Amino acid sequence: MTLLKTVPYRSIYLVMIVVLLILILLSAGTGAVDLSFVEIIDLVKHRLGFKVSGSINAIHEGLFFGIRLPRTFLCVLVGASLSVSGALMQSLFRNPIVEPGLIGTSAGSALGAAMIIVFGNSLMLHSVSILGELLMPAAAFAGGLVATLLVYYFSASLNKVNISIMILAGIAINAIANGATGFMAYVARDPQARSITFWNLGTLSGANWQAVIIVSFSTVIGFVLALRFAKPLNALQLGDDEAAYLGVNTERMKISIILVNTLLVSVATSMVGIIAFIGLIIPHLLRLLRGSDNRYLIIGSALLGAIIMILTDMICRVIIAPAEMPIGIITAFVGAPVFLWLLFRFKNNREGGFYA
Amino acid sequence: MLKAENISWKVGNKFLLSETSVDFEAGKFHVVMGANGAGKSTLLKILAGNQKPSTGHVYLNGLQLASINKKGLAQKRAVLSQQYHVTFPISVMDIVLMGRYPYFGQNPQAEDKAICIEAMRTLEVEDLADRDYNSLSGGEAQKVQMSRVLAQIGNTKNGEQKILFLDEPVSHLDLRYQHQLLQVAKSLTQQSITVIAVLHDINLALSFASRILFMKKGAIVHEVTDPYAVSPQIIKEVFDINAQVVQVGSSSKPVIVF
Repeated sequence: MTLLKTVPYRSIYLVMIVVLLILILLSAGTGAVDLSFVEIIDLVKHRLGFKVSGSINAIHEGLFFGIRLPRTFLCVLVGASLSVSGALMQSLFRNPIVEPGLIGTSAGSALGAAMIIVFGNSLMLHSVSILGELLMPAAAFAGGLVATLLVYYFSASLNKVNISIMILAGIAINAIANGATGFMAYVARDPQARSITFWNLGTLSGANWQAVIIVSFSTVIGFVLALRFAKPLNALQLGDDEAAYLGVNTERMKISIILVNTLLVSVATSMVGIIAFIGLIIPHLLRLLRGSDNRYLIIGSALLGAIIMILTDMICRVIIAPAEMPIGIITAFVGAPVFLWLLFRFKNNREGGFYA
Repeated sequence: MLKAENISWKVGNKFLLSETSVDFEAGKFHVVMGANGAGKSTLLKILAGNQKPSTGHVYLNGLQLASINKKGLAQKRAVLSQQYHVTFPISVMDIVLMGRYPYFGQNPQAEDKAICIEAMRTLEVEDLADRDYNSLSGGEAQKVQMSRVLAQIGNTKNGEQKILFLDEPVSHLDLRYQHQLLQVAKSLTQQSITVIAVLHDINLALSFASRILFMKKGAIVHEVTDPYAVSPQIIKEVFDINAQVVQVGSSSKPVIVF
């Protein structure tokens, strides 16, 4: 069952790009202070040094360039990162319910980052500014990698990934990582503790250009590397042995994909906290649209992930304005029912594959 | 063309394949038979280069198998296994195109597509090209996989010698499909492709094989090139079952009855 079986991939990408651009503009204009489309154009023109007909509101200018725009871009990057990661993991494990939250990547990254939030100041690394900024993503990467590798090695035996062991190992590793993060929050002094708690639910409110630049590196590098694995991942769908017979170095590919995945998830997580379910749902929506070629899934996940993330963030900002909801709450409320729906389909379609 | 020297495979203290040397002549249909656990699949895996033997070496056209890179090897041999399960929806054409993965970079060329369509035509599955693989019957699915493997062998017009491995390829198929699939494999031997197949049905083996290797407890115990040399004694020794060899009509091959 695929809805757009005969539509060329390029048309799908094009539609998504147009929608994404419109949403970027909308998102930059939406919030406690609404900026009209015309005003946004004027602000951009002004910043680029063009003459503007009307007057420029300096507060709006600061709001737009200092808060709205970096936040919107961060949304795009994080949504793309998490969704591409979901696509990679589902294909690697050949299982539709895998996402970075399930196999420990997110929780491990969160623990790594929380350690820096709590102990970072005492390490005196903030005096060396650039190192200080990269410390948190680096610690998140280390934490995410250790957690993912542990889960993977527990569940992979005799060339076959045992899914039930993987889920159980994921539960255990998640519990350890979450417990340790909770401990960090407990020993932390108040402002740190609050930021850890808030950040466990995911939040984009701390977005700034520095975060955008750091995440854009991990997203672009991760995306380009992920594309290189599209073909071997397709072959892997036939099984490990079959992929090897088709010329794929399966062991090396698996480790490489886990590294790429960890890069994508951990750096994004270190900036915005844990945002669950995005990585799970986006690849499924794409499969329902046009099938499961991994090249399409990776490109499509980057675009659709960004779109859904911007939409969700806009909901967070509007729903209880002028306050805002942590984004993880919305993704969980929308994502979990979709997850259950997937399980329901799985239960009813054991014979003919997941989407039959 | 393919030669194994003193290969063995050991798990713990147990030899699943004891030291074996065996030669496979190009352009012939070699069949490996034996009871469950006799080491057939292990032998096939080592010969196909998917498992490093505990001892010994395999040589392909004089080159050590371990020294050939994965992609290069994938252009020289293809493997069809028993059953495939694919989790996510994928079209039949996309499955068959995988056979060309060792040959093209990012995107398949016109030649790759032509080879795939030709392969599907050979197996009479070209009408299924746009279907979801998961919606096929077991027999159709296996013919699609055979098309993929044929596409991987590709055209051998320049006289390149390639190998097709079949690991119990027809165990789940009905009679007609069994014969169709093996007939296609047999016809490949005329293009100097070597076929090495693990089969369970002795009569199928007799009608297609140019040589049968009988395995027992991790060793090759008999090697037969003349169908009439398959005796009740061999069957008894290898499968532990009493059998008779009978001649039906003017057929050139004997039939084993139990």
